[in-house]
Amino acid sequence: MEIDPFIFRFSIFILSIFIGYYVVWSVTPSLHTPLMSVTNAISSVIIVGAIIAALAGKSENVFDTANIFGFLAIILAAVNIFGGFLVTQRMLAMYKKKKKDKK
Amino acid sequence: MISANLLALFYLISGVLFILALRGLSSPETSRQGNLFGIIGMIIAVCVTIVSVGNFSTGFLYLLILLLLGGSIGAFIAFKIPMTAMPELVAGFHSLVGLAAVFVAISAFLNPEIFNLGFPGNIKIVSLIEMSLGAAIGAITFTGSIIAFLKLRGIMSGSPITFTAQHYLNLTLGLILVGLIFYLCKTQFDTWFWTIIVISFLLGVLLIIPIGGADMPVVISMLNSYSGWAAAGIGFTLENTALIITGALVGSSGAILSYIMCKGMNRSFFNVILGGWGATDQSSLSKSKEQKPVKSGNADDAAFLMKNASSVIIVPGYGMAVAQAQHALREMVDVLKKNGVKVTYAIHPVAGRMPGHMNVLLAEANVPYDEVFELEEINNDFANCDVAYVIGANDVTNPVAKTDPQSPIYGMPILDVEKSKSVLFVKRSLSPGYAGIDNDLFYRDNTLMLFSDAKKMTEDIIKSL
Repeated sequence: MEIDPFIFRFSIFILSIFIGYYVVWSVTPSLHTPLMSVTNAISSVIIVGAIIAALAGKSENVFDTANIFGFLAIILAAVNIFGGFLVTQRMLAMYKKKKKDKK
Repeated sequence: MISANLLALFYLISGVLFILALRGLSSPETSRQGNLFGIIGMIIAVCVTIVSVGNFSTGFLYLLILLLLGGSIGAFIAFKIPMTAMPELVAGFHSLVGLAAVFVAISAFLNPEIFNLGFPGNIKIVSLIEMSLGAAIGAITFTGSIIAFLKLRGIMSGSPITFTAQHYLNLTLGLILVGLIFYLCKTQFDTWFWTIIVISFLLGVLLIIPIGGADMPVVISMLNSYSGWAAAGIGFTLENTALIITGALVGSSGAILSYIMCKGMNRSFFNVILGGWGATDQSSLSKSKEQKPVKSGNADDAAFLMKNASSVIIVPGYGMAVAQAQHALREMVDVLKKNGVKVTYAIHPVAGRMPGHMNVLLAEANVPYDEVFELEEINNDFANCDVAYVIGANDVTNPVAKTDPQSPIYGMPILDVEKSKSVLFVKRSLSPGYAGIDNDLFYRDNTLMLFSDAKKMTEDIIKSL
């Protein structure tokens, strides 16, 4: 009997939720804002779907409606990827420890 | 072209790198490395996808141009945005993920062959369900985040917008969505698909308008979670592991943050989502309007108190962000430290407009993160501290939450500011906070009200120190 590939993907999905659960609970509360901006950046990996939608296709014509939606999604995701990672980097660079000589 | 198996392995590597990116955030030291892992994961995912499509014609040129265009817009925003505007930035970014999910779902629906989902008019049922869910959640995320953005930015009033039968309307729309997905699967009729998207856009607006300004931490976390589930939905459609893993990670991350925020207010998730907290308490507000004696002081009094204290705890809130007082605050603390005063910061989980908002602002003002403490870590220290300096916080210090079971905030964990020997409360007026209730602390004997703008008062204190 063969297992539907969907079940495999579903298993990955459920296990990833658990990984997410444990990993996120271990995030220190003072980094919750960078957590949000970085999760935002990585969820823009949806760009892979956009790239396929934009470039693949039977027709030579790149301006097929489906392709156009792909290209639009690429711009949106690109804004997010660069914006998200860079703003996270900028925030994280600000978190500094107390200088040793004090205290 | 690379084989499908190799491609899947690369996506797995990206997924693992994303997990490491989140894992890095468990401490500030490892966080920067974590962010780097995230970036590498993203580069791998994008590159292998481009290679696997193997189309290096004109379309590829457009792709590069758009990538650069979007990238420079993103980079520009990331460098220009002031730290106080972080909540609206995150809300804005969520809306983009949502809309991107909708667009990808639309192109998968219009051209299912390229994703191996069947043919137009004859798409696999499972794929149809997955793409409609992805599109619907994406659309809700998009409009919901726009509303959150407008509210945070102050373009739209932060007060809840409610009308009769609102929740029934939302429920009905939700049920209609389920019905439409069912009919879409049955008939493959594209009108249903478009209707699903339109209704979801509408639902996103309706879901967020009844939620008030100070509940925004929950809303932002929730939309964060939604953007993850939308990505996962699309991941299932495209049979892409990287998207499924990421979607699940982001979805659970946002859900946990929402939970932490709700717990910080001692409210259930549904209570927040159904909205309208501030709106219901107008009656109790007017009846408690009798005059009570208040001690108020000026910057010199405050400076005198703090200079002679041995320990001071700073309690920042949203007011500090509004007044952009974090730099002035740090300067004041520096002067105090020179005088041998021990200074720490106490942060309530829901202070500000998004999770961790205050921590970022203090970090921006060069406050070392090991002087900043969370509620549970520091709450016992108030009893031994000489001065609590409350700057822009209100409801999170209200002792009513412990004493009055009638109060809407009863049971909410609060910072035990009232236990310190004296309390300095920087506030513009005696007006109640977001919860619409009077703060008992204003009328205590050990409280000195400093009526002023947070930044101006702090600067004045520096002068008289």
